[in-house]
This record gives sequence, C-alpha cells and structure tokens, in this order.
Amino acid sequence: MSSHQDPSAPLQGAPSKNTERKLKNETRTQLISFILMIFITSMAFISIGSDAVPNGFAIPFILMLAGVQVVLQLYFFMHMNEKGTGWINVMIWSGLFVAALTVGALMFLIGEVKY
Amino acid sequence: MSYAKAQSKNVVWDWLTTVDHKKVGILYLAGGAFFFALGGIEAVLMRIQLMFPDLAIVQAQTFNELLTLHGTTMIFLAAMPLLFGFMNFIIPLQIGARDVAFPFLNALGFWLFFFGGLLLYVSLFTGGAPDAGWTAYVPLSSNSPGQGLDYYVLGLQVSGLGTLIGGINFLVTIINMRAPGMSMMRMPLFTWSSFVASMLILFAFPALTIGLLLLMLERLFGATYFAVDFGGNVIIWQHLFWIFGHPEVYILILPAFGIFSEVIPTFAKKRLFGYSAMVFATLIIGFLGFMVWAHHMFTVGMGPVANAIFAVATMAIAVPTGIKIFNWLLTLWGGRIQFTTANLFALGFLPSFVMGGVTGVMLATSAANYQFHDTYFVVAHFHYVIIGGVVLGIFAAAFYWWPKMFGYRLSETLGKWFFWLFLIGFHMTFFVQHFLGLMGMPRRVASFLPGQGLDAMNFISTLGAFLMSIAFIIFLIAIFASTKNRDNVQDPWDGRTLEWTVPTPVPEYNFAQTPLVRDLDPYWYEKHEGDGKIKAAEPLGEIHMPNATILPVTISAGLIVASFGFIYHILPLIIGGFIITFGAMFVRSVKEDHGYHIPVEDIKRDKEEGK
Repeated sequence: MSSHQDPSAPLQGAPSKNTERKLKNETRTQLISFILMIFITSMAFISIGSDAVPNGFAIPFILMLAGVQVVLQLYFFMHMNEKGTGWINVMIWSGLFVAALTVGALMFLIGEVKY
Repeated sequence: MSYAKAQSKNVVWDWLTTVDHKKVGILYLAGGAFFFALGGIEAVLMRIQLMFPDLAIVQAQTFNELLTLHGTTMIFLAAMPLLFGFMNFIIPLQIGARDVAFPFLNALGFWLFFFGGLLLYVSLFTGGAPDAGWTAYVPLSSNSPGQGLDYYVLGLQVSGLGTLIGGINFLVTIINMRAPGMSMMRMPLFTWSSFVASMLILFAFPALTIGLLLLMLERLFGATYFAVDFGGNVIIWQHLFWIFGHPEVYILILPAFGIFSEVIPTFAKKRLFGYSAMVFATLIIGFLGFMVWAHHMFTVGMGPVANAIFAVATMAIAVPTGIKIFNWLLTLWGGRIQFTTANLFALGFLPSFVMGGVTGVMLATSAANYQFHDTYFVVAHFHYVIIGGVVLGIFAAAFYWWPKMFGYRLSETLGKWFFWLFLIGFHMTFFVQHFLGLMGMPRRVASFLPGQGLDAMNFISTLGAFLMSIAFIIFLIAIFASTKNRDNVQDPWDGRTLEWTVPTPVPEYNFAQTPLVRDLDPYWYEKHEGDGKIKAAEPLGEIHMPNATILPVTISAGLIVASFGFIYHILPLIIGGFIITFGAMFVRSVKEDHGYHIPVEDIKRDKEEGK
C-alpha cells in the first residue's frame, strides 16, 4: 500500500521557509544550552578543584548542578520539549517523583534518628 | 515468507516461535494454570498437615519449603501470568490494534517468566527448595544453607525480567496503538486498569531486581550488605522487598478490578456507573500503592511517627477502593442482571473483597497491628483480598472471555457448581482463620499442640481447602466437557466493547480494517445508535505481520544455563549461557527481518468465510 511508506527513508527536496526558521532556532537553543552545560560542568570542577568552597557545601551544590544538567539534557538535547512527548514527560516525572519519595523516605527510615 | 507458508508449520514449533499476542496470551494462561495447580497442591499438603494437632505427615523443613514455594508460586508464577494472559489476548482487541507494540518482546517476556518459574522448581530435585518464606527476609535467607535460596533469587530474577518487559510492552501498546477515536477516556476499564498496573510494574520491579541482586551478591560472592557484623543493615532488604511488594499486590488486584468493570456492565445491561470516577480511583490506588510499603513492617521498630504516617496513608486507600465498590453496586442498581457464571464470580467478589478490605483497615491500625502481626489473622486477610479479589477475577475472566479465546462456551451448569463450591470452600477455609489468628495461632508454623482451642477451626479450614480443590477439578472437567458448545461464540453475552466485534476464532491480524471508535462502549453504541457494525477507519489493504522466531526461547534458555553456572559456581556454564543469550540478541540485532504481508485476497476470503 502506498500509505505504508518507510519512515526512515531519506527526505527529498529543499526545506520550506518555516522549517528553515525552526532549524535555525533549534541550532541557537542547542548552542546556548551546550555553552550553559560547559559552564555548569566547570563550576562543578572549580568548586572541588579550588578550595574556594567548603566540602560540606560542595557536595549538595554539585548534586544541584547535576539535576539542572539532567533536565537541560532531557529537554534540549533529547527533545523532550517538543510536541507529542506528553506521555514521555508524564512517565519520566512520575517515575522520578516516586523514586525521590521512596528513596527519601527510605534514607529517613533506616537512618539512626528515630522520631 | 508468504502467508500460506507461515500457516503450514509444525504445531509445537509454531507455539515455540509464535509472536502473535493471542497465542502468547494463551501460553501465559497455560503456564500460569500449570503453576497455579502446583501452588494449589502445596497449599492442600500444608492444610492436611494442619488438619489435626501434632500431625507429622510432612516434616517441619518440608513444611517450610512448601510454604515458601506456595507463596512465591501463587504471586509470581500463577496470579500474574494468568492476568498477563488475559491482558495479552484482550487489550489489543479492546483498543482496536493488530498486535502489541513489540511482538518479539512479548514472546520474550513469556519465555523468561516460564523458564524462571521452571528454574525455581528445579530446586525440588536438587536437595531442597527455598525455605525462608516468599518474603525471604535476611539474615534467614542470606544464611540459609544449601542451594534452595539461590534458586529462589535467580528464578525470580529471570521471571521478573520477563514481567518488566511485559509491563513496558503494554504501556507502549496502550499509549501508541489505539484505534482512531479511542481516546484515553473511551478506553474500556480493563485496558485502563492494566495500563495503571503496567505503570506500577515499571516503577516497582526495579526495587525487587536490586534487592535480589544484593541478596545474590551476598549469597554467592560474599558481599556484606545485610551482614550486621560488617556494618550491613538487615532492614534494607525488608524495605526493598516491600517497596516492590506492596505495589505488587495492586499490580494483581487492579487488572482484576478491570475485569469486574467489564463483566458487571455486560451482565447488568447498563453502562458502567461513574466511568471517570473509576479511572480516577484506579490512578489514585496506583499512586497510593507506592506510599504505604512500610505498613508491612510496623513491628520492626521504625518509631511511632513513621508508623502513624504509614497507617494513615494505608487507610486512605480505602477511599478510592470504596468509590469503586459503590460504582459497581450502582452499576448493578436497576440493571437487568443475568446470573451467568462470570457474573456470579463478580457478585461473589463484592462481599468477599469488602471483608478483606475491612480486615486491611484493621491491620493498618499500627497499634493493633502489634497484636495481629504474624498471626493467622494476616493469612486470612491477604487470602481474602487475593482469592476474593484476584482469583475470583481470573475465574470471571475465564468464563467471560473463554468463547472468544478458545471458540467454545464453558458449560454454565458445571460453572455454577464450580462457583458455589469454590465460594463456600474459600470462606470455610479462610473465615475461621481470622479467629485462629485472634486466638494467637502464629502463621508459618508446621504444627500446633492439642487442647489450645485451635483443633476444631483448623479442621474446618482444611475441609474448606478440600472443597476448593473439588471445585477446581470441576472447572477442569468443564474445560474438557464443554467443547461441543461451539455455536454463538462471536458475541455470546451481547458485549459492549471491541473484542466482541471480531470473528471467532480471531484471525491472526485481528481487524481486517482498523475500527473507528465513536463512543465509550463502541460496540454497544453501534448496536443501538448505528447499524450494529463497527465503522472502518481505513480501506481494505494488505496487512504487515511480524515473522515467527525461535530467538525468545534461545535468549531465555541462555539465561537459565548461566543461572545454573552461578548457583554451582561453574565458570564455563556462566560464560556459555551468556554467549547463548547475547549471541541470540546479536542475531536479532543484525539480521534483517521485515516480516511478511497478508494479501488482500486472503483477507477478503477470511471475511466471506466469517459470515
């Protein structure tokens, strides 16, 4: 049947004006987020490499940077910000929510402190 | 490969290599029924041992092994596969799809489950089955001598992998493969509840995988995660097990709720009362299922604040469950109720499950839980929810969907005998166990002493177990004695949903044309608002089908070989097993396999024969 085309077949012809504009926008966001990520990574390195930040603060600081990094990666590099990713968003965030809650409660429950 | 060639194959080879969701569903049912029978035999042996005080029909060690195998088998190898069987067969039909999203993974999931279950049972012949209870608490399990617990760990690891694969497959199928017009809020409740159960599988099974991995490293390679003298913590196992284990009971009960939500409207001749409330309640139950695991551990010593939080969270689950119960009652209210066997199971479920729910709230009261913990009261409670909920659901589904799956209707006369004997036997077995527990009989004991007031009720309980066995034998007879009822099998119950629109036996492509869904309960809508036929969403055309393949069996078999290598520390077996598994995966990755097309003429011929 003609409607069953191979979705992985190469595209033909030049892109439309609209597509060109979109591609340009995407290139810009990708570049900006790439620079941002390099900045975040170097911040993480500096906070440990130099003695400017005390260790007790450096660990949660790096964890926070890692969280930001993961979100940026998922949304800008792995295209979770695009249309048609509603279910992917729902599943990833509910999974993260359940995992965070469970791991958090578990750390609390097996800790030394009793309430 | 041509269509004709695909059909002319050796029968055994055909079932080993099938990737058709309907055949995989039937394989799941057969595998689940096999393990269900084994688990049942173990249960009856335990009840015979407890029939009179001071009996020595089985030794204490054997009793522990029976008890462990019974629990593990019934949860992992019987209830879940039986539900997976119905989910496999029915979900693609209910959403108007030609197959599940990943037919190959579907077959792989089944073979992993089946081989994992067989691996667990091999332990019976190699000097001792696992004997630490289905929960396998450490340090009892990590220090248990012999290989029994190694079989438990690896058997569950392999079959758990299959369940995880199956759950992901259902999620993708339901999200991506619904027919045009089948929005999420037009999905039948069985599909909805299976969808939520699959989400629970996706989020809960990793906790079990990690727990089993830690236990395996501890037992086989001398790790010390749970060894207190090396700074380990035994409580971590309990937490990991129940973070998985509590969602697991909702993985079992939610599809059963879905089954009842199909059966009750069909036989009350009414639309399901409060459809959106039912969907919402299912989601809430799934969500709360993750928030309550520590209520299995009230007596561990978590402290009063933690106990109180988990007690309140647990009681909250009674609210969405209550919404469901009232919705079923209001669906029945004023309906033209037909007392078919399937509906009898649904009607028997309502009071039985409510009784299990009430004792659940009692157990959730953390202060009272210190009294109930580890007594027969707990045994009575979870058998009331699992038999009164899940097993009655499976039997209702069997009688309801049997005509569509196997092409004949099960005998209603034998079915009613089966239902009444089973229901009476079930209540006889487990109702008295509430009181045995309140009188102080601990669970998991291999024997009890005379003169403590426990004799009469244990005897009644065992008689009930015999009655349930007789009932199940009647069901087996009904399966073989009903094969002549081959008329009226396409839509025997005046059904409401899409699975009743396809011919019986269901063609391997399910729908000649993808259906167009115009309302909730699409078939019912077309019967009463349209011309009684589902509208097509596409012109008749050739259909692309996946090829059959033996690779799922090969991948699973390789893992079993490797498991034996781990259990007995034989390095060549480990390496050989992994070579088989990863070799088969490599073949699957590099070998081009485009499937085949069923030509339009064959579909047209099928359509003419179907009418």
